[in-house]
Amino acid sequence: MEPEMLDQSAEILTQDGRTIGGVVMEMKHITLRFGGVEAIKNISFDIREGEIRAIIGPNGAGKSSMLNVISGFYVPQEGEVWFHGKKRKPLRPYEVARQGIARTFQNIALFEGMSVLDNVMTGRLNHMSANLFQQAFWKGRAEAEEVENREKVEEIIDFLEIQAIRKTPVARLPYGLKKRVELARALAAEPKLLLLDEPMAGMNVEEKEDMSRFILDVNDEFGTTIALIEHDMGVVMDLSDRVVVMDYGKKIGDGTPDEVRSNQEVIDAYLGVAHD
Amino acid sequence: MSEQLVFAMEVTLNGLMAGVLYALVALGFVLIYKASGIFNYAQGVMALFAAMTLVGIMNGQVPFAHLINAIFGGHITHFGWNLPGFAAICLTVGVMVLLAWLVQVLVMRHLVGQEPIILFMATIGLAYFLEGVADLMWGSELKTLDVGLPQGINLWIDETTFQIFDYGFFIDNLDLVATVIAVLLVAGLVIFSQYTKQGRAMRAVADDHQAALSVGISLNFIWVLVWSLAGFVALVAGIVWGTKSGVQFSLSLIALKALPVLMLGGFTSIPGAIVGGLIIGVGEKLFEFLIGPMVGGATENWFAYVLALLFLVFRPQGLFGEKIIERV
Repeated sequence: MEPEMLDQSAEILTQDGRTIGGVVMEMKHITLRFGGVEAIKNISFDIREGEIRAIIGPNGAGKSSMLNVISGFYVPQEGEVWFHGKKRKPLRPYEVARQGIARTFQNIALFEGMSVLDNVMTGRLNHMSANLFQQAFWKGRAEAEEVENREKVEEIIDFLEIQAIRKTPVARLPYGLKKRVELARALAAEPKLLLLDEPMAGMNVEEKEDMSRFILDVNDEFGTTIALIEHDMGVVMDLSDRVVVMDYGKKIGDGTPDEVRSNQEVIDAYLGVAHD
Repeated sequence: MSEQLVFAMEVTLNGLMAGVLYALVALGFVLIYKASGIFNYAQGVMALFAAMTLVGIMNGQVPFAHLINAIFGGHITHFGWNLPGFAAICLTVGVMVLLAWLVQVLVMRHLVGQEPIILFMATIGLAYFLEGVADLMWGSELKTLDVGLPQGINLWIDETTFQIFDYGFFIDNLDLVATVIAVLLVAGLVIFSQYTKQGRAMRAVADDHQAALSVGISLNFIWVLVWSLAGFVALVAGIVWGTKSGVQFSLSLIALKALPVLMLGGFTSIPGAIVGGLIIGVGEKLFEFLIGPMVGGATENWFAYVLALLFLVFRPQGLFGEKIIERV
């Protein structure tokens, strides 16, 4: 047995002295091909409870593909995905979402025609179990559920400081705020695992700082396990507990930010040294 | 009050009633278009199919009787029962849901992400297929449909207006009932789409597929739901129109009358379908009344289409449709 198998459920200490829990999700030997192109080549890594796990790498490294594998948008040709100690069958994206994995998108996928509030409410869809008639006539379970859902949504809206735009149609918002609304919608699902696809892409320095603060606060306040993709190295190193580095579909580093920073292969990949 | 004006009032009222009937058909189009971006050419045939199925079930007709007899040499035609209207309507709803599921599983699921024109072509195919199936299932003769909706002149309105204007208005009870049904239907649809989980999911799917998937909505389920709703609206339209003018193949042509309504109201707006229907209804009746005699009548045949044409030229998104903005 490999030594790391022993501490699967054990807590570990991060370099900042934070304690993170056992393994929530484990990717085992994932290979993903598009025709003849191997986007992901035999990659394994895990995500632990309560941590902020970053996947970084230069453009085209396969980071987004990896996120899409986790969230069910892509099905890998080889390898296994383990979630909460169970091997996951190939699932449709909506089934993955129902298991408690929420995500945001690099290019923002919001319901443009709906208000901010309605967008965030859609995140609660899987927390509604009242039947159609109860809902339509506001009877039985529907009322209690709706109140509870509203409370949760308002809490998140407050938390992400978007109260002022609650009723605004999303289409009218600037880019930075849209990203925040998307985060709010994902959070509303109270996910066991939150996937963020380049949460800071296209933002200015101030917006990036805001977003970093929100990500840290979410992790801190709600204890949400977060896996994020980013190619801005600086931001990632400050945010995350552990980092996976990908390059040309391969894993070239995995560890704490300090370990990764001193990894020669990672330095080469980022500085563009020729591979031989 | 001048005689002309009183006539005009009656004509307007009748126009409003006709408009409600047009709106009923247009609603089915709007529902599917909003949720899946498909212009469902088969909507009219669905109304025909629903009405024929309803009559068939009420009369205890054996479906595919001709086919069965041709193959097995029997001559069964009826089960020998007559179902009351309400029970038959419930069963027909079931058939329409089954149809929705089949359409999604056999056709639409395989065309996800295709160009709108491809999807449109698929619904044309569906229309002809469904027309054939309806014929084979229930036979092509003219049938009368009577689920107990009141018909004939409304005497109360007749008498009341006679006392006021010295002239009794002719308003058909069926038109009044149709109006009530349409109001209930629209209220139901609005409550469904605004206040229920499934309605919210439906709006979400209409807006963005990826985002909908990411919050745990099954696109397949929603599309079956939408086609079921459209089937239900088709059934309601089929009942009202079928009661009015009998269940026959020309019933599927009511879809043509819905087109100008959609051009006016916009393809994406439920209130638009209602207002568009009313404008067309009143417009064509008043036009026939005022201008008709000058041009030799029969303006009702073309008025709606000319109006739609004007809208296409000057306001292509309709009165309530989402504004079309070209981004360059």
